[in-house]
Amino acid sequence: MKATPIVLMVLLAWFLAGSELHAARASDVVEINLQEQIGDFFKLRPPVPTMLAGALLLGLSCGLLGSFIVVRRMALMGDTLSHAVLPGVALGFMWSMSKDPVAMLVGATLVGLFGSVVVTWIRRTTRIKQDAALGIVLATFYALGVCMIRMIQNSGGGNSGGLDGIFFGDAAALRSQDVALMAVLSLLTLLLITALYRPFLAISFDPGFARSAGLPVALLDHMMMMFLAFAIVVSLQAVGVVLVSALLITPAATAYLMTDRLHRMLWIAGLVGMFSAALGVFCSFLGGKLPSGPFMVLSASAVFGLAYLFAPKHGTLTRWWRRKNRSRQIRNENTLKAIYRVLEDREFEGEGVSLQELAELRRETLETARAQVRALVRAGAATTGEGGNIAYLTPDGQRRSWAIVRNHRLWELYLTNLADYEPDHVHEDAEKIEHVLGEEAVRELEKLLDYPEVDPHGKQIPRVPRKTAAVEEPAGYGGGGQR
Amino acid sequence: MARDQTGVSTPALEVHDLTVAYHKRAVLYGIDIAVPEGNLVGIVGPNGAGKSTLIKAIMGIVPKASGWVEVFGEAFDANPARIGYVPQRESVDWDFPVNVMDVVLMGRYGKLGLFKRPSRADKEMASECLEQVGMLPFANRQIANLSGGQQQRVFLARALAQESDLYLMDEPFAGVDAATEAAIVTLLQNLRARGKTVLVVHHDLSTAQEYFDMLLLLNMRVVAFGPTEEVYTMELLQKTYGGRLTVLSEVAESVGKGPMKRGK
Repeated sequence: MKATPIVLMVLLAWFLAGSELHAARASDVVEINLQEQIGDFFKLRPPVPTMLAGALLLGLSCGLLGSFIVVRRMALMGDTLSHAVLPGVALGFMWSMSKDPVAMLVGATLVGLFGSVVVTWIRRTTRIKQDAALGIVLATFYALGVCMIRMIQNSGGGNSGGLDGIFFGDAAALRSQDVALMAVLSLLTLLLITALYRPFLAISFDPGFARSAGLPVALLDHMMMMFLAFAIVVSLQAVGVVLVSALLITPAATAYLMTDRLHRMLWIAGLVGMFSAALGVFCSFLGGKLPSGPFMVLSASAVFGLAYLFAPKHGTLTRWWRRKNRSRQIRNENTLKAIYRVLEDREFEGEGVSLQELAELRRETLETARAQVRALVRAGAATTGEGGNIAYLTPDGQRRSWAIVRNHRLWELYLTNLADYEPDHVHEDAEKIEHVLGEEAVRELEKLLDYPEVDPHGKQIPRVPRKTAAVEEPAGYGGGGQR
Repeated sequence: MARDQTGVSTPALEVHDLTVAYHKRAVLYGIDIAVPEGNLVGIVGPNGAGKSTLIKAIMGIVPKASGWVEVFGEAFDANPARIGYVPQRESVDWDFPVNVMDVVLMGRYGKLGLFKRPSRADKEMASECLEQVGMLPFANRQIANLSGGQQQRVFLARALAQESDLYLMDEPFAGVDAATEAAIVTLLQNLRARGKTVLVVHHDLSTAQEYFDMLLLLNMRVVAFGPTEEVYTMELLQKTYGGRLTVLSEVAESVGKGPMKRGK
């Protein structure tokens, strides 16, 4: 897993460098070539609309079905199915002697489903496990398909031109009848998943339970497999046999990082799929005669890379940022606590706390104390005076210092009184708990301990006024001796 | 209690001559049991005795080589809504993108059929089931963020939401904390009080005697099946567990005390 970001970055760099290189070369020849190409694309003259429509449709189908593949841990199955359809495409071509999309669809679907049956059959009748069976079927069917397609091309029968696109994807070769078929199949996929969302969820999460609840698990499974085959066939022309599985898996995996609910995952995967496919078409258009499949896959990978880093909950950078914020907050709270204790030691005489006092209390250098106070100033909890040598708490900082000390002392009291800890054992524990006690837990503790005034060491437990109340209120239950 | 014309009560579950084989190797042979309605039945036996397989074969999750299963006098598939199921916790991926409520609502899918959406009443019902297992505060929690005991409670809530008359539970006590174990026992007793029949695969002999009305001692075939007082004997347990002395020495003591008196 550690290698994933590196691999992605290399891919991304390669992708970016590649396109720049090309742009540079193109501009050497004709100065405004790239700009012109972009302009041409957005004029949406044929074949651009066909390519874009095809890309959006296949992105949607692949994203939706890919989500189920990913959550069911059947990614390899998608890969196998996408390779296994190749002989079917060839058979469809032989049957119609043209690139008739319907004949190719029927052939591909039948052969694809036959491939998945062979996998199950190998697994059932031998000791060979799923992964090896998938590998065998994938390679065999793919090899068979390559031979058949080469034979067709060599014999030159019918209109065999453009069959090459099936390997690496050629969106420019999409015809309007191809797109019409894609539209029908994508719409069917959307309808199927909307109508049967819950049963599909149940058989994906817990097939045994779904079976016991009387759901037709085998039928639903076969339907999903069939529509998966459809999605693959729909994408073949534009993405290519070799890379279709990436378009099934990557947008879905991206969505899986973005959310914790399947229905949202489906939508996100559909959108990411559509976006990646359209971006891929755009890039391959700019590149002139470059195949569209690899660009679609690279676009999807780039989006995945972004989600890997920035996804709201599961992104690695997001998590790192959260951890960093958290530890900064803990450091600030510890400084606030120290300032409180300095003030407490001189019985709240005067308002400012000098860096000297702070450093002495925490047994740290003046520089460290200065940095800590500066962090408080940045967080709006303190201001400084006399050349930064004296720290004054802002009203907010004051509240927060009271709260953190209260949390610490309440927890110590809780451990001694209710959990039977020795008073000299509780400090370490309270050092950690004080930062995570929520308001609700604090109320609970106060109630449990009958609104205590002093901690096990005899120190006053400060009371924190509510935000609306005057901040000048004395900070203790007793009220005396505070200022 | 359902009775047919002859006045003999129909068993909640009847298994007749059930045989299950994996790769031509039989793992269960000739299982014959008839479970009277309203009982808590513990299925015990050594590892590999086919306890989980028996449950799965009854549910139709693994194919039967021979034999048949009837539930309340009807073929199993005639009325799946009367049967609730709690699979082993490890059988699912707990990173799956669903929250606790989603899982419990799955208990309603059997009654909803393929196309209907869960209604408000279904959702309220699911909330009540979560309440019963003490998991309502976690309804919106992603299932990955649950402890083992909490996961088990979610599975139980889902089974409760099925509103079935017969429940089959596969190792619900496996790897749960003491609080959850106690909660499950209470739940089982509530189910019995409401006249439900529950079969529980159980791996802990020392508590089996206390928890269940009837025991099925299983080791690829039925060694004994009957009321706990009659079946929980040294001789029969020895027969079930073969030469596994460590297990037997553990139970020898509890057998020595004699069957527990139990109110019902």
